[in-house]
Amino acid sequence: MEAKNDMITIYVMGKKYEVPADLTIMKAMEYAGHQFRRGAGCRGGFCGACATLYRKKGSYKLEGALACQKIVEDGMYIAQIPFNPAEKMTYDIDEIKPDVNTILEYYPEISRCLACNTCTKACPQDIMVMDYVQSALRGDITKTAELSFDCISCGLCAVRCPAEIVPYNIGQLARRLYAKYIDGPSRHVLDRVEEVEKGVYDEEIENLMKASKEELTKLYNSREIDIS
Amino acid sequence: MQESLKKVVETRASRIGKTFPPMKPEERQQVLKDFHPDWKMDQKRELKVGHNKGLLMPHEVADQLEAHSVIDASKIDLQKIDYDVDVLIIGAGGAGLSAAIYAHENGLDPDKILIVQKLRLGDANSKMSQGGIQAADHPKDSPTIHYLDIIGGGHYFNEPDLVEALVKDGPEVIKWHEELGVLYDKLPDGTMQLAPGGGTSRRRMHSCKDYTGMEITRVLVDEVINREISYLEFMAAVEFLKDDKEQVAGALLFDLDSDEYKVARAKSTILATGGFGRLHIQGFETTNHYGATGDGIVMAYRAGASLVHLDSTQYHPTCSAYPEQIVGQLCTEKLRGRGAQPVNVDGDLFVYPLETRDVEASALIRECYSKNKGIKTPTGMLGVWLDTPLIDVINGEGTIEREFAAMLRNYSKFGIDIRKEPMLVFPALHYQNGGVHINVKGETNIPGLFAAGEVCGGVHGKNRLMGNSQLDLYVFGRRAGKAASERAKTAKIGKLSLSHVDKYEELLEEAGIQTSRKSPMILPEYRGNKTIEHHLKLL
Repeated sequence: MEAKNDMITIYVMGKKYEVPADLTIMKAMEYAGHQFRRGAGCRGGFCGACATLYRKKGSYKLEGALACQKIVEDGMYIAQIPFNPAEKMTYDIDEIKPDVNTILEYYPEISRCLACNTCTKACPQDIMVMDYVQSALRGDITKTAELSFDCISCGLCAVRCPAEIVPYNIGQLARRLYAKYIDGPSRHVLDRVEEVEKGVYDEEIENLMKASKEELTKLYNSREIDIS
Repeated sequence: MQESLKKVVETRASRIGKTFPPMKPEERQQVLKDFHPDWKMDQKRELKVGHNKGLLMPHEVADQLEAHSVIDASKIDLQKIDYDVDVLIIGAGGAGLSAAIYAHENGLDPDKILIVQKLRLGDANSKMSQGGIQAADHPKDSPTIHYLDIIGGGHYFNEPDLVEALVKDGPEVIKWHEELGVLYDKLPDGTMQLAPGGGTSRRRMHSCKDYTGMEITRVLVDEVINREISYLEFMAAVEFLKDDKEQVAGALLFDLDSDEYKVARAKSTILATGGFGRLHIQGFETTNHYGATGDGIVMAYRAGASLVHLDSTQYHPTCSAYPEQIVGQLCTEKLRGRGAQPVNVDGDLFVYPLETRDVEASALIRECYSKNKGIKTPTGMLGVWLDTPLIDVINGEGTIEREFAAMLRNYSKFGIDIRKEPMLVFPALHYQNGGVHINVKGETNIPGLFAAGEVCGGVHGKNRLMGNSQLDLYVFGRRAGKAASERAKTAKIGKLSLSHVDKYEELLEEAGIQTSRKSPMILPEYRGNKTIEHHLKLL
């Protein structure tokens, strides 16, 4: 595939480049000669490594996106934010309690939330960030976990927050608390673990391990498929 | 494309509730032989150098092994030790992180455990896994049934004791995840929401929406940081260190921030560097992350580790073929598990949606390149439809929004609403089926070297089932972490040496290999025109 007919101008850290239109910011920067060390990860919108701030031509608005998902536009002014300095509080998941004040205790700065919604506007995952920070402030761990689920910790919200909150740390804490203590383990998983420990399946599996390829092929091709 | 799209909408009502029948074993063998990229013998060669000389593998992988080291061993001062630890873990994906946690659980000091990672903690293929992780904990299921599914799917090349470990540890891995606070999808009654996958005879896939890998990985990263286990990001390992007793004694690291080499001595070393998707075998696009350049097998081979099954590569059947910006991105098998059907240019069904991945991929390639019933995109790429709107039709409105948040979001960024329109998909390079040979403890054939995760071979045979790689990471990550930390309690390291690297140079010369190539690759080369080169060397 040759370069598309249209070339556009972008500015990376202020430096001007001509790149094919229709490329993502990530590929446009590579086309321009940049080899990513920081700022590239999964290249597919799952890891948050490529958090990028940009302004469009003639616009004062500062916008955020994932470089691997955002298509370049003519006149785009780009800067990458591959790292957000933020202390993550440490805790012992077995000791911590899912109380109403737990999150506030670990991250008291959430009480500074201005409800300005800047975080929500910065989020490339369309998450209601402010809503989950407010839920955390209220001590609603379940709601915080639910609303923050799609977070990939790209850091754009934290970089923009005037109250210096790091929302993704709060979401992470809430989700672990919810899953472990509020949702709790599934009974059938625990039962099966016990059965395996007791050796319930040992003999049948051993027989399969000793079976010849022919025997296994027969068993495999005639096995019951029950995906109800 | 638009014409075909109309036909898909027209035939949708008639396709609901229907399933194209599964293939008979003979047809499966035939479609693989005729259409699977692994069967194109001119795309592979026998390795010319080293103790596994003669091993069949893709050219791109052989190129990495038939290459010089990036270092000149004579210029490295091994007296100057920068890091001295009990357990060195190379790679911080699911396997590396699990290993670290288990090494700590086993009583080691957190600052005597060092994770080194050439990108960030958690950056790995693990994080990109979407649809689920297998474990036989449903009452209607059992580890025995799981075993049979795995070994049949792997074409009987899997090593029995590795599969036994995988299926027996499965439920315990899920229990461990729940104890750590991983948020699995559950039904209202608190039981796991389980889905079927390609080649599975039961519903066995546990998921966290379609962010399964991301959810598990971020919890493990959080846990590693909580335990204050030491780690260094942007620190790539380039060669193993050995000692005068031929043990692996740590690794030589390359600091990506300072461009300097650092010496890390360790009593036990765990290799967890993942796969090789960024080698773009046969020019295929890949689902893999930026760092999947096969570094681990290079380092391991130079140090004398046994490699197995490298002639077997997995191509995920349904990866994005449109729009051009996201070609190669994974579209989880769970889509098919929840009812999306592969449909051709005429709007017709043409394959059972949940064949094993190799068979399914081959069927899609056959449909496009032999039956000529594929759909052509504006850039000339061929693909087939994956009729995603059916998911909401079958399971109720809102299903896609709930269970496929990632896919919905990723596509909507490019103006496609997968609730209303089908996706266009085609196989892409996905998984390294083979690799460094391990035993049930995660030990390699070299004392001091352990391995876990995608970098290993033998667990999945010649075709991995959906959700088993995720399981593999945690099963063998934990085992390697336990065994490596146990060994570190009594192991003694002698005089450090890189003589095996010099020896490999001699072997290259003896084998008559003339090249300027150096390996490991560390990062893929995408600068300039390489960004937009597509060379799919298909049929």
